Amino acid sequence: MSSSKLKDTWNSRIGVILAVSGSAVGLGNFLRFPGLAAKHGGGAFMLAYFFSFLIIGLSICWAEWAIGRAGGQKGYNSSPGIMGILTRKPVIKYLGVLGVLIPVMIYMYYVYIEAWCLGYAVNFLAGNLNFTTGEESGAFFGNFVGIGENGSAFGFGIQQVGWFLVAVFILNFYLIYRGISKGIELFCKYAMPALIVLAMVILIRVLTLGTPDPTTPDRNAANGLGYMWNPTKIHLEEKSEGSESWTKLEEIIGSQATTEAETRAASDESLRIREVSLWEQLLNFQLWLDAAGQIFFSLSIGFGVIINYASYLKRRDDVVLSGLAATSANEFCEVALGGLITVPAAFTFLGIAGAAGSTLGLGFNALPMVFSNMPAGQFFGFLFFFLLFLAAVTSSLSMLQPGIAFLEESMDIGRHRSVALLGLITAFGCGFVVYFSKDLKALDTIDFWVGTFLIFILATTQIIVFGWVIGLERGLKLANEGALFPIPSIYGFIMKYVTPSFLLIIFFFWTLQNIFGYNVLTGEFAYSSYIKDLFIEPDRVAAYSLILIGLVLAFLKLLTFISPKLKASTISNPETGGSE
Amino acid sequence: MTLGGWIIMLVSVGTVSTLFTWCIYKVLTTEGEEEKLHGFEAETPDMQDKEKDS
Repeated sequence: MSSSKLKDTWNSRIGVILAVSGSAVGLGNFLRFPGLAAKHGGGAFMLAYFFSFLIIGLSICWAEWAIGRAGGQKGYNSSPGIMGILTRKPVIKYLGVLGVLIPVMIYMYYVYIEAWCLGYAVNFLAGNLNFTTGEESGAFFGNFVGIGENGSAFGFGIQQVGWFLVAVFILNFYLIYRGISKGIELFCKYAMPALIVLAMVILIRVLTLGTPDPTTPDRNAANGLGYMWNPTKIHLEEKSEGSESWTKLEEIIGSQATTEAETRAASDESLRIREVSLWEQLLNFQLWLDAAGQIFFSLSIGFGVIINYASYLKRRDDVVLSGLAATSANEFCEVALGGLITVPAAFTFLGIAGAAGSTLGLGFNALPMVFSNMPAGQFFGFLFFFLLFLAAVTSSLSMLQPGIAFLEESMDIGRHRSVALLGLITAFGCGFVVYFSKDLKALDTIDFWVGTFLIFILATTQIIVFGWVIGLERGLKLANEGALFPIPSIYGFIMKYVTPSFLLIIFFFWTLQNIFGYNVLTGEFAYSSYIKDLFIEPDRVAAYSLILIGLVLAFLKLLTFISPKLKASTISNPETGGSE
Repeated sequence: MTLGGWIIMLVSVGTVSTLFTWCIYKVLTTEGEEEKLHGFEAETPDMQDKEKDS
């Protein structure tokens, strides 16, 4: 790099740690993780979860930090540039384009969800969210996001998403326009501690709820925690007619529910109560798939963000401790805060039916009802959705930076011009997602193919590049440079053999199940809705969504192809590219 | 909540909380970190964009 071209950089180590952890902490920490832990039984799920954290989370995270910083030292900040300069292989450089495509595409729908969080926070504050039934809550959500009809999300009242979307879009681009240190770092420096304080206030409220309704004594905070964390689960099962197999009717939590179930089972021979042990739950393959997936998506690994953020570090900055600190911050928010708030709160007011649900269902249908019924719920509802909003902003900001770095590098333009260009691209994409709001089809399709499928591919590529292309010895040397303590030596073996194998196995079964529709447990085939939408019962919005992904990918590949700087990254002695 | 539930919860929450606290402590107490923590008022390299864009 010439001396006249100063690099964007971080102002402090705590700043970059907060920015990376802010990127990782999002809606998944407070909605998806608790839902999965409750579904699988806390004990068994946490064992698989911590195992995945050690095998997948830390390995890929350290690899990304090391690759990113090394690429940054050679004058590259974009994923294709970094992957190209470190491997000198055009194929890997073009695979690196996924590190730009993924965050840019996810931003297009994530900012829409971010607007929901802000909208719900404002509506709680305005007293508009007082629901007595699930239908009311569902109807508000449907109207707010325009789920009934395409084009209906572009409303601009307080109970519609329009203004909130404009506000969060402007906020994101204002912060990103200010740059790495004055925009992203400064915001995360205040937003992340604020987020933790807000979560702790809500946590205290949830844990002191007691038994709000004396007529349903089982619905209390302790049983809510039990529903999530108990290592063994108690099921009421029914024997099917003409068959010897038993199927689960319901899960039982609380002494009153247990007594009632025992009475039913005693009077009916086709019913029984069965305790499902921790070990039996661990034999469930779906649990491992969900635990690995949660670690994977929660830590923002394979996302293209960490590699970009790390490229702004200085040569002697410690990536081992920084990586560990950022992941531990995410785990703290997920396990210690998210794990104690959402499901216990939903269980206390709505029972098991309300606490078990999808991420969006739990967050935007069940929880508003919970806060409607909670003392001072208007205030705590506002706090909770504002907390989600902060978590979402720190994540969406990180999705813009890789695209900006790429445009700067590939088109040789300044930050402000690249911000403007990326603003146009993402505004178009976001408009597409918001317009096709019926059943959230566009959002769901892009989330599946980009936010899940491509992330697997990029993460697998990154860990293979680290262990096999760059080489483990060189990779660890890059990672340990300037480190307070080195990566434990056992991780050499893990990063080279265990993590890629584990990822490939998980990816294989995930693809088998979610794309080809093969149920590993039952052996049945049923194509997933994503395949049906494309080939069996074609859906035009799903097709348009894939075309949009294809167009953005083609644009990014074209820029990578024609950019002199990126071209130079895979030439042995680049004259126009980054310096050695 | 069963005894097993309490144990799983406390061990899980305790583990991540201890790890997080230890990491932040190490980051904040590492020599040479303090003077960089209050640098937001200073001109940063981002300012080069103004030159580049103008």
